Amino acid sequence: MSSETTTTIPQAAAEPPSGPATPKKRAPQGHRRLLTRRDRITLGLMAGVPTVLHVALVWVTALASIALAFTSWDGIGFGSITWVGLDNFKQLFSDNPQFWPAVQHNVIWFVVLILIPTPFGLFLAVQLDKRIRFSRVYQTAFFLPVVVSLAVTGFVWQLVYNPDTGLINSLVGANEPGHYIDWIGDPDLNLWAVLVAASWRHAGYMMILYLAGLKSVDPALREASALDGANEWQTFRNVVFPTLRPTNTVVLVVTIIEALRAFDLVFVFNKGAQGTELLSILVTNNIIGESSRIGYGSAIAVVLLVISLAVIVPYLIATFRKERRA
Amino acid sequence: MSATLAAKQRTPVRPARVLLHTFLVVTSLAWLAPLLWAAFSALRPYSETSEKGYVSWPDKLSLDNFTHAFEQSDMLHYFGNTLLIAVPAVLVTLLLSSMVAFCVSRFDFRLNLALLLVFTAGNLLPQQVIITPLYRLYLLVDLPGITVSGKLYDSALGLVLIHVAFQSGFCAFVLANYMRSLPHELTEAALVDGASVWRLYWQIVLPLCKPAMAALATLLSIWIYNDFFWAIVLISTGDNMPITSALNNLSGQYFTDPNLVAAGALLTAIPTLIVYFALQRQFVSGLTLGANKG
Repeated sequence: MSSETTTTIPQAAAEPPSGPATPKKRAPQGHRRLLTRRDRITLGLMAGVPTVLHVALVWVTALASIALAFTSWDGIGFGSITWVGLDNFKQLFSDNPQFWPAVQHNVIWFVVLILIPTPFGLFLAVQLDKRIRFSRVYQTAFFLPVVVSLAVTGFVWQLVYNPDTGLINSLVGANEPGHYIDWIGDPDLNLWAVLVAASWRHAGYMMILYLAGLKSVDPALREASALDGANEWQTFRNVVFPTLRPTNTVVLVVTIIEALRAFDLVFVFNKGAQGTELLSILVTNNIIGESSRIGYGSAIAVVLLVISLAVIVPYLIATFRKERRA
Repeated sequence: MSATLAAKQRTPVRPARVLLHTFLVVTSLAWLAPLLWAAFSALRPYSETSEKGYVSWPDKLSLDNFTHAFEQSDMLHYFGNTLLIAVPAVLVTLLLSSMVAFCVSRFDFRLNLALLLVFTAGNLLPQQVIITPLYRLYLLVDLPGITVSGKLYDSALGLVLIHVAFQSGFCAFVLANYMRSLPHELTEAALVDGASVWRLYWQIVLPLCKPAMAALATLLSIWIYNDFFWAIVLISTGDNMPITSALNNLSGQYFTDPNLVAAGALLTAIPTLIVYFALQRQFVSGLTLGANKG
């Protein structure tokens, strides 16, 4: 792939769909010179149809979100769209009582996921990588929450948190009137309650990613380190962990994106009421709630988009740079 | 317990291993506790738990809650809705993304990388970023006679389209990497012999991609089955909902009987668990196909 000199910047993401398929006179590699006219049309369609669908539904709508964020629209007829400039953003940043808590909760969501279940998942992966018996059984136990849908996870944890009949309150004797610990209703508690459920799932996911990463660590490295007299911790710290760097990058990106996407659990728990507001929930409430303030909802979506792109763009640049060299 | 015993038989007693197994057994059980708790609640009648409390020795365990949840809430109907969405969505996603991957990985066009970037980046966006215009678009598109609602909104077709558009990003990326590892001579020779591009794709490249396709199919089935967000926003009629979002409605109806809700939630999870246990290897390799890169 060294002949490939085209440096494409991810901002060119919204490239018109027809472009990519058009053959251009370029590098000798590949089968292009053997293609008939019909082949070229076939290729154009094969790349073009999926691209049109993807670009129309994902990228055009993302751009439309940006455009709508600067307008006010009640959704009834295009005539009622009016340009309002930065008004939506001004209102969002200064007036909306839910916006800053939501941003804060998204940040907390990320910090908790990266500090607690992620290292725990790594720890589990390291233990399960020791070629112990029943490794599969343990793996399945930890991984099961990832397979179950987040909505179902929400219901299952509601059963655990229910003030009256839940597992926790029943065990600690807080299920009598007057002694209730209201895990879901109390705005000081509910975010943490949801985060326990989110972490429960996240740890298994991270464990699988790290297990895959650990498999690709060259056993010779470990042997050499053992020969040099390093103990288990030293080997992990100085030999294994540094080789996990690609996995760590993926884990970091996945965790940030999960934190930004967080929605299902909270929606099932309490629809993001008091104490569990999230950006994704605010956007959604603007659509399925009674208030149909499209411009305003889009402004929140744009905030979410900007934060996401700040993560996605550098990650993809790094990934694809490697790809081109490969 | 059997774990530690078995370990002893094989190797001389190693306290570190015994400790490790103890830790893993205890943590696994703790990990499964919420699901086991749901199962325990679901197996008991509401009358018994309301009288004796939830943490109590059961008098009688039965599957009654499961049968009630299944019948009263017409779950079969919602499973059918899910099937109607998931099957075409998985198949079309695989077809379209493999075509893109084929073009991008077997032929050198200037915009190959850009195209792949468009797909990959699109898949990483949070869904909420695009939902407002998408919702409006779905309301605008009239499809009289094609969908029950007469619109793209509130139709299985609408959900299939957005699943395909969104998920093909990940699949195209994974499949392109996979196809790149196939030797170039393979298709070169066929092309010299006069095979058409479509034949190269359909008869040579695609059969070789079976392992990756199987892995992605497993992953996609579970993801699409588990989808909650698109269904909540883009489907308004309860009757048209797939199972996960329908469950949300049901639990609203049955919230006075947590045991019934537990049974419903577990029933909803069963198909994914079956897929996972049957195709565990594919599922896990699918998850890590994309992750090893980077």
